[in-house]
Amino acid sequence: MNTPIRRALVPSVALLAIFATACGADNEKGGSDNDASTGLSGTLAGAGATSQEKAQEAWYTAVQGQNDGNLEITYNAIGSTDGRSQFVEGAVSFAGTDSYLKDDEGELTAAKERCGGEDVIEVPAYVSSIAIAFNVPGVDTLNLTADTIAQIFDGKITNWNDDAIAADNPDAELPDLKITPVHRSDDSGTTKNFTDYLGKVAPDSWGYEAEDAFPVSGGEGAEGTSGVVELIGSTEGAIGYADASQTGDLTAVSVKVGDEFVAPSPEGAANTVAVSEPVADRAETDMAVDVNRNVEDPTAYPVILLSYIIACQHYDDAEEEANVKGYLSYIVSDEGQSEAADYAGSAPLSADTAARAQEIVAKIGA
Amino acid sequence: MTNTAASPDWTTSKAGIGDRIFAALALAAGLVIVGALAAVFVFLAIKGAPGFSRAADVYGPHATDFFGYVGPLLVGTLTASVIALIIAVPLAWGIALAISHYAPKWLGTPVAYVIDLLAAVPSVVYGLWGAFYLAPKTVPAYEWLHEHFGFIPFFGETSATGRTVMTAGIVLAIMILPIITAISREVFSRTPRLNEEAAYALGATKWEMIRMSVFPYARSGMVSAVMLGLGRALGETMAVTMVLSVGFDLSWNLLGSSSPTSIAANIALKYKERSADLLAVLIATGLVLFLMTFVVNFVARWIVGRSERKMAR
Repeated sequence: MNTPIRRALVPSVALLAIFATACGADNEKGGSDNDASTGLSGTLAGAGATSQEKAQEAWYTAVQGQNDGNLEITYNAIGSTDGRSQFVEGAVSFAGTDSYLKDDEGELTAAKERCGGEDVIEVPAYVSSIAIAFNVPGVDTLNLTADTIAQIFDGKITNWNDDAIAADNPDAELPDLKITPVHRSDDSGTTKNFTDYLGKVAPDSWGYEAEDAFPVSGGEGAEGTSGVVELIGSTEGAIGYADASQTGDLTAVSVKVGDEFVAPSPEGAANTVAVSEPVADRAETDMAVDVNRNVEDPTAYPVILLSYIIACQHYDDAEEEANVKGYLSYIVSDEGQSEAADYAGSAPLSADTAARAQEIVAKIGA
Repeated sequence: MTNTAASPDWTTSKAGIGDRIFAALALAAGLVIVGALAAVFVFLAIKGAPGFSRAADVYGPHATDFFGYVGPLLVGTLTASVIALIIAVPLAWGIALAISHYAPKWLGTPVAYVIDLLAAVPSVVYGLWGAFYLAPKTVPAYEWLHEHFGFIPFFGETSATGRTVMTAGIVLAIMILPIITAISREVFSRTPRLNEEAAYALGATKWEMIRMSVFPYARSGMVSAVMLGLGRALGETMAVTMVLSVGFDLSWNLLGSSSPTSIAANIALKYKERSADLLAVLIATGLVLFLMTFVVNFVARWIVGRSERKMAR
């Protein structure tokens, strides 16, 4: 409901942010990024993951503002798969994708060809926690292991007073109430990451592959993040997963990490990316990581969605090159990341990750 | 069209030209719609053909081939539509009769107007209303049904949120009500006055008069109305997408939370994050829906035609 107001806020927030950084951050690394993202003109087209849509909105509004409207940026949220193939075909200058380029079907090689044989740039741009929200009257905090969560969503644990839940929540008064697991009925990267988490951390209780479509028949399906959040809020005994920035007043489950239970937080999400292993045999400009769901460090929250931006190092058209460089350097700058955090509720990249992404983006056109 | 609508001048031969132009325009209009339909069919057939034979993993975790994939969706489409028809048809005919024959004019006219207004409400609004208002309210009713009539397979284990195929059917019923009512009302009120008077003259009561003269006269139009309503129900996307909690279980239970969704709603749900392979599959399911709508319409026409021939004898 508040979207129009927030939309109107973006340009003003962006302006404020520009002022703030211009005044106070001259000696920081982010300062140099701003040079690349001003004085641009023409058009820039991108396409890809729907998860990035809101963040992209914040980014292009800000960058268009910095260029006095001379630059027109579009981001077409057509889904990761189509975004990648449009990039490979050369229809768009950059793409957003929830899963990194793989060579299973020759996609990485094809992308490299599209970039004139040079290594593709692939940087993390959008990180957000997936909250496992619940609605149980009288219960304010809930600790669950991945094993228990998997069994709940698989329909094996059906009542809130189940011993498996009680074991991790000795202080909670768990009611005798039917559990209604809520999942996305449309295909979504959120589902893929959530099921990936369950499959990696609780392989004994979750025998399904990570997929965009929720694999279990049973429980309640709702359309879109907002549909899931609404359904959890209106149904006693419901539990479901949704982007943490969208869950509003609902309380989220603390999941077991190492020996502790950790609630979703932007820092926790960024830390998980920071400790995740880079994918083996990748070019220097490729920051693809396999998200470490089994992280032991209790400052990390492993149920996250990590979304990348892919682009080329060089473009035939000088204007296109400058625009891609300008836009991407804004996205991975501290300023761009906090902009997305304010507007889309994402988790800003951790300092190390951001620094490396900034270095890579600086190579465009160099 | 307007230039040909001028009243013909019977004293000159120009009327003949105007006549021919109008006939040509009318014919062209008819051919355009047939052409458009054919074009849609060709598109679905060409783009959907590869979808019938994709690798097993494209169809997702619940099916290994195309027919396993589209089967439950077909059942979901039909279930919701049939529920909608069962609710809407008697209601619509009742309303139409009330307006055309029973209600006084001061009541009938505004009621007719309100019913027509229902048709103007966009389906996404019905979806919102169904998902956020109606569904939670239906839960006690469903629980009651399950408790007292649980032995009937339709009323199995109930959903905690009410987002069931039954609720989807109710929302669809409200959506198709105006279209069936409007057409039925029109054909009911077209019954020749003489037929009605003749029935009365034979000593018929009002109900007998309606059975003897109105229904037989209006039969073809009534079936057309139902077919148009069914067409809308079969193809309705947004409302079903928003109301129904999707599952893959093929069961008789209309009150559970895992009923398969409809073909149209499934396309809407899958379209955004799809692969190229899945797109072909989705288009192929669209083709199946297209063909099914055709079959249903032909069967209905055939039934009407047969009963009319019988009447003529």
